[in-house]
Amino acid sequence: MAFITANWNPLGEAFYRKVELYDMSWVLRDGLRDSLVAAAPYGGPIAVMKESRCLSPSVRPQLEIYTASGVIMATFPWKSGPVVLLGWSVSDELLCVQQDGTVLVYDLTGAFQRHFSMGQEVVQSHVMEAKVFHSPYGTGIAIVTGSSHFTLATNIDELKLRRLPEVPGLQGSPSCWAVLNQDRQTKVLLANGPDLYLLDNTSCTAVVPPGVSPQGSVFVHMAVSFSYKYLALFTDTGHLWTGHAHLQDKLSEVDTKIRSPPKQMVWCRRPKSQQPSVVVMWDRLLLVAGVCNDTIQYPLEEQCVCVGELDGVRLVSPSRHELLQEVPLVCEEIFKIASMSPGALLLEAHKEYQKSSQKADEYLREIKEQGMLGEAVRQCVEAAGHEHDTHTQKALLRAASFGKCFLTNLSPEAFVGVCRDLRVLNAVRDPSIGIPLTHTQYKQMTVQVLIDRLVYRRLHPLAIEVCRYLKTPEYQGVSRILRHWACTKVQQKGDSDDVIVRCISSRLAEAPGISYSHIASKAYDSGRTELAIKLLDYEARSGEQVPLLLKMKRSQLALSKAIESGDTDLVYTVVSYVKNEMNRGDFFMTLRNQPVALSLYRQVAFITTIIIIIIIITTSSSPPPVALICFCKLQEQETLKDLYNQDDDHQELANYYVSASYREKRLESRLSVLQSAVDEYNKAKNEFSAKATEEEMRLLRFQRKLDDEKGAGLLGLSLQATMEALLASGLQKQADHLYRDFRVSDKRYWWLKLRSLAEKEEWEELEKFSKGKKSPVGYLPFVEVCMKRSNKYEAKKYVTKVTPEQRVRAHLAVGDVEGAAEAAIERRSEAEIGAVISRCSSSSQRLLLDKLQRALATANRK
Amino acid sequence: MAAHLTNGRVNLNILREAARKELREFLDKCAGTKAIVWDEYLTGPFGLIAQYSLLKEHEVEKMFTLKGGRLPPADVKNIIFFVRPRLELMDIIAENVFSDKTNSRDFHILFVPRRSMLCEQRLKEQGVQGSFTNIDEYILDLIPYDGDLLSMESESAFRECYLENDQTSLYHTAKGLMTLQALYGTIPQIYGKGECARHVANMMLRMKREFAGSQNQILPVFDTLLLLDRNVDLLTPLATQLTYEGLIDEIYGITNGYVKLPPEKFAQKKQGEGSKDLPTEPKKLQLNSAEELYAEIRDKNFNAVGAALSKKAKIISAAFEERHNAKTVGEIKQFVSQLPHMQAARSSLANHTSIAELIKDITTSEAFFDNLTVEQEFMTGVDTDKVNTYIEDCIAQKAPLIKILRLVCMQSVCSNGLKQKVLDFYKREILQTYGYEHMLTLNNLEKTGLLKPQTSSRNNYPTIRKTLKLWMEDANEQTPNDISYVYSGYAPLSIRLTQVLARPGWRSIEEVLKMLPGPHFEERQQLPAGLHKKRQQGENRTTLVFFLGGVTYAEIAALRFLSQMEDSGMEYIIATTKLINGSSWVKSLMDHPETQCP
Repeated sequence: MAFITANWNPLGEAFYRKVELYDMSWVLRDGLRDSLVAAAPYGGPIAVMKESRCLSPSVRPQLEIYTASGVIMATFPWKSGPVVLLGWSVSDELLCVQQDGTVLVYDLTGAFQRHFSMGQEVVQSHVMEAKVFHSPYGTGIAIVTGSSHFTLATNIDELKLRRLPEVPGLQGSPSCWAVLNQDRQTKVLLANGPDLYLLDNTSCTAVVPPGVSPQGSVFVHMAVSFSYKYLALFTDTGHLWTGHAHLQDKLSEVDTKIRSPPKQMVWCRRPKSQQPSVVVMWDRLLLVAGVCNDTIQYPLEEQCVCVGELDGVRLVSPSRHELLQEVPLVCEEIFKIASMSPGALLLEAHKEYQKSSQKADEYLREIKEQGMLGEAVRQCVEAAGHEHDTHTQKALLRAASFGKCFLTNLSPEAFVGVCRDLRVLNAVRDPSIGIPLTHTQYKQMTVQVLIDRLVYRRLHPLAIEVCRYLKTPEYQGVSRILRHWACTKVQQKGDSDDVIVRCISSRLAEAPGISYSHIASKAYDSGRTELAIKLLDYEARSGEQVPLLLKMKRSQLALSKAIESGDTDLVYTVVSYVKNEMNRGDFFMTLRNQPVALSLYRQVAFITTIIIIIIIITTSSSPPPVALICFCKLQEQETLKDLYNQDDDHQELANYYVSASYREKRLESRLSVLQSAVDEYNKAKNEFSAKATEEEMRLLRFQRKLDDEKGAGLLGLSLQATMEALLASGLQKQADHLYRDFRVSDKRYWWLKLRSLAEKEEWEELEKFSKGKKSPVGYLPFVEVCMKRSNKYEAKKYVTKVTPEQRVRAHLAVGDVEGAAEAAIERRSEAEIGAVISRCSSSSQRLLLDKLQRALATANRK
Repeated sequence: MAAHLTNGRVNLNILREAARKELREFLDKCAGTKAIVWDEYLTGPFGLIAQYSLLKEHEVEKMFTLKGGRLPPADVKNIIFFVRPRLELMDIIAENVFSDKTNSRDFHILFVPRRSMLCEQRLKEQGVQGSFTNIDEYILDLIPYDGDLLSMESESAFRECYLENDQTSLYHTAKGLMTLQALYGTIPQIYGKGECARHVANMMLRMKREFAGSQNQILPVFDTLLLLDRNVDLLTPLATQLTYEGLIDEIYGITNGYVKLPPEKFAQKKQGEGSKDLPTEPKKLQLNSAEELYAEIRDKNFNAVGAALSKKAKIISAAFEERHNAKTVGEIKQFVSQLPHMQAARSSLANHTSIAELIKDITTSEAFFDNLTVEQEFMTGVDTDKVNTYIEDCIAQKAPLIKILRLVCMQSVCSNGLKQKVLDFYKREILQTYGYEHMLTLNNLEKTGLLKPQTSSRNNYPTIRKTLKLWMEDANEQTPNDISYVYSGYAPLSIRLTQVLARPGWRSIEEVLKMLPGPHFEERQQLPAGLHKKRQQGENRTTLVFFLGGVTYAEIAALRFLSQMEDSGMEYIIATTKLINGSSWVKSLMDHPETQCP
């Protein structure tokens, strides 16, 4: 493996290497010459299109999209206007910036997605140059127009155009410019000859980078590093100035001795490295210039394109795809010639071990003596991650695994992690997939994004494999992929709805948390409403189903789904929505100019809506109109009435009238509402209620009459209260009339009379009353009403009339314990004797108590 | 503050903490000083989640009750309305917002337990929707009331479900159960009886599918969920509860864990001060298991409370006597360290002795006794087919209507409907005595099945009573051996169903289940692999019993009794839409058309 260092080139203290990624499988007729080429970072796709100015106007250029390994993904003739720039968004969309400022967006399959404009004025002045840039806010576009104006959009998904201030003295396009991202702001740095300007939202500031020599030279090219941290400026004198992007520190200055402006200039640095370098490309030469003033030169045989990455630069040429990067430190330590680092020794030890040589032991001993075995394993594991060649990866991992055997407490996490990562990386690096990610990039962009990328390329099976292999939770992994798959599936023309639904439901059945509504809405967007409805049937969340159904104008279905969910609020949503829908329409328009008709309509409209909904409901299978009734109860009482009316629900309608009658102030109207109630009760065959209502009406009329005659203030009282009031004011005759007329039960009337007489202390009347007809309530109540007014004398008169069963109680009520005792003993009732005992005071009624105790004993014995 | 929630088998404090966290998050969303405007109904339930101190920590400086007109002045940056999603409240809020002229403050609404489209629509119509910086929802479904008790305190849940057919509260129930499962693991078995139970179970299974992606990785705490419709057992709440807690609720009403008592018996008899000026404010007491004595006696039959109290009194005075035995400094120190606890025990004893006296005055009255006798006659099936003279007399004497309705309904339930003639008689008596306006109330009772005409000659209540042993002649009130002690003879039907489910299983009572309304069912929820509990020998199973439409304290007591029975092998956690008693329940079904303003 000595040849590993063969392609290493020293630059200062570091080494640079070119790793061959792919032999390109594309066939480009004229190479990359005169073409617009856009290659997305993180091993993304490559778009190629002939520049229109190099073609005769009648020829339509072909837009081609390739993977990083040169496998074609899409190709189509460009039918739109001249394109200034191709670029890729973070979500793998191709952005084509046209001369007139229109940006057309395509997906990876070449399907047109959408378009937007970079401003109206651009149509006239034309886009001279454009740049696509990436920031934490997403993908942005910056343009400079023919009238030297800069406009930028920081995030194309939430398009907000910002026109930057004018640059003094700038004519036409600047000599070079770049987009910077500083202090959470997007700025433009531009050079107009020897002058540099920094443009932000509000101001244009002239800036001078420290230590540019020779003074006054013109800047012809500039480049910003991947992280926006460093800036490189190339002058017409062939000097390359590098420094921090905030233009306060200079890193170095290299005289390249080449005065022609470079074709491309890209930063090449690995994270954490202190030695950034710049790759400068001319037609036939590639130059790596480090801050150490050292350079490496690579001759170029073909037209190339440089793609800046997080940890290096990819070089795409018509035949090859290479990665130029600073050799990672661990790799350097292991593979450097004559390296004695623990990792190098471990690798060597393992090699000897495989040869069954005892030298293995010697090497191991050496590492162990330094106590560096853990470090050695770590180095091998890490280095394996950085290597692209699978043989080297294996050798390093085997060595690490070998070393691990001699360690007791090494956490296997790093080892397992790298093994897993490499498995995934090797899979996506495969030429048929063509995503040449490095380990560093992979860690930076995360698995989630990688999965997205695979999904954008419709590599669903691979994506699912990756998720299963990494044990990604289904919800974030497999389910998400299947959802995307289903979304692409529904957009496929040709297959019938049923075929698609069957296909999707069978594949998605097992996957948890699939949002069918999302898929359905995609189907709806592509004009397949029927398919969308069928798909929605599988959606478990009604909250998602209903709004989409409403959007598709399936109110009936939406309503039944809402009712099914039990979520009343959802039902209200549908009902109000339908109500609003009905308000619109032509009918409304015709009424608009007639205010009276309009206001009438407004009142009626809602009811009409309800009726329509009822029709909807009754014609559909039969979900209960329950929800509606709730809605109406909240909204409007009147509507409720109409609803019952519509339903022929006489019982409820009658109840409604009863309730409504209390809202009427005037007796006449109250009576007429009650009459309606009677009619409805009759229709409902509720005889009792009808009769009770009629009685109430009769009572009301009676009360009114007496109120008018005597000012008795009876209206609204219950029958009982009315009689009470009548008796209290001595209107005996009228009370008796009511008693007979309303067939009041005897018991109740007797009670009433008793109480009334006692209340008025008309004891003689009471006695007379007791001697009249036999009391239906017995005579205990007589005792009780008297005692209520504390009239023991009167009460005692009735004790003897009380039936034997109640006599004990009567005696006790008047406080005659002895009488009670006698009665109780006579009746030999255990409970009653007990009751009397509890009323005896133990001191004064000793004798009585004894007597009772004895009686109790006898009663018990029996 | 909430130690009593952690004592039980299931640590319900987790639920409370989750609720508190969410509240804090919302409060922090509104930066700066705040005033809260309360929907009065919410203050009680909220008190169980967060005290004022928590609100204060988050810069809540003022609290008002929501009412029309202008907001009281408050120098705060934010005004937050805590409201239930009700249209009439929206109008009041709109009025409040309109009358605010300062323009310098932010308005927020927090809907409890859920925001509603309709309410937001109303705010929009009123033209104030734009004035709100935040419109949010605070999902407070199940509120922990005690270590084994959760309630949604949804005051009209029964009425809505069984009378108005509005199933919103069931939706909230299902949501609440999902929250519970998110915190305590998926409940593997669901049993249920009744239409509403079926509906809730369906929604739960449906919601589970909706969240299918986020598999719950918590080891299940509950083994079983039992959903019971209140209308499966209409009888139990109608009967007068005879446990200590039940009687407190029947007589004074417990709201949100507090009871208000007549102050006379609680006059502080401090030395030196004349005890002449009696307090006029009702005495407010918090009742939960945090109070050791209360936890001990709450579920006892009231007849056993006296003995328990006197035993406790002896222990406490013995403990105080200890001081004479304390000789060394160490012993005295130890005695002193126990003093606060002993003093708390003594004041608790004093309180409960007073309460017991208050209750005793009532339970020994003739009226109470007569009423109970009639109830027990009905429950044992004596003379349920004719007009009851006691009820008749009560009506004639104009006893409170609710009492009458409870008795009449009870008679109807116990005889599977009243003969048309009997029913009409009662109705007529009620209308003539208490007024025609109760027509609607009677209709409501009929619609919910509490009152009904006999349709078939066959009365299946006796069969149910015999099969489920609902009446136990020899109920032991002092040292109970059966749940029937909570009603001194009557074993609540709902609890019998629960008991039979645990052992020997519902299959043994298929016939009876068919006689009760609504379907009965069993569902299983798949647990993720690795979450199947490995049960230790002798470890009890835990069942969550959810009463849809309300539960009484006596029923709770009966379930606690079952949990404590040594050989039951089952512990119960109780959840409900609302803690009820017969009166509050019947009251919720009454209509008052006469109070509408004409």
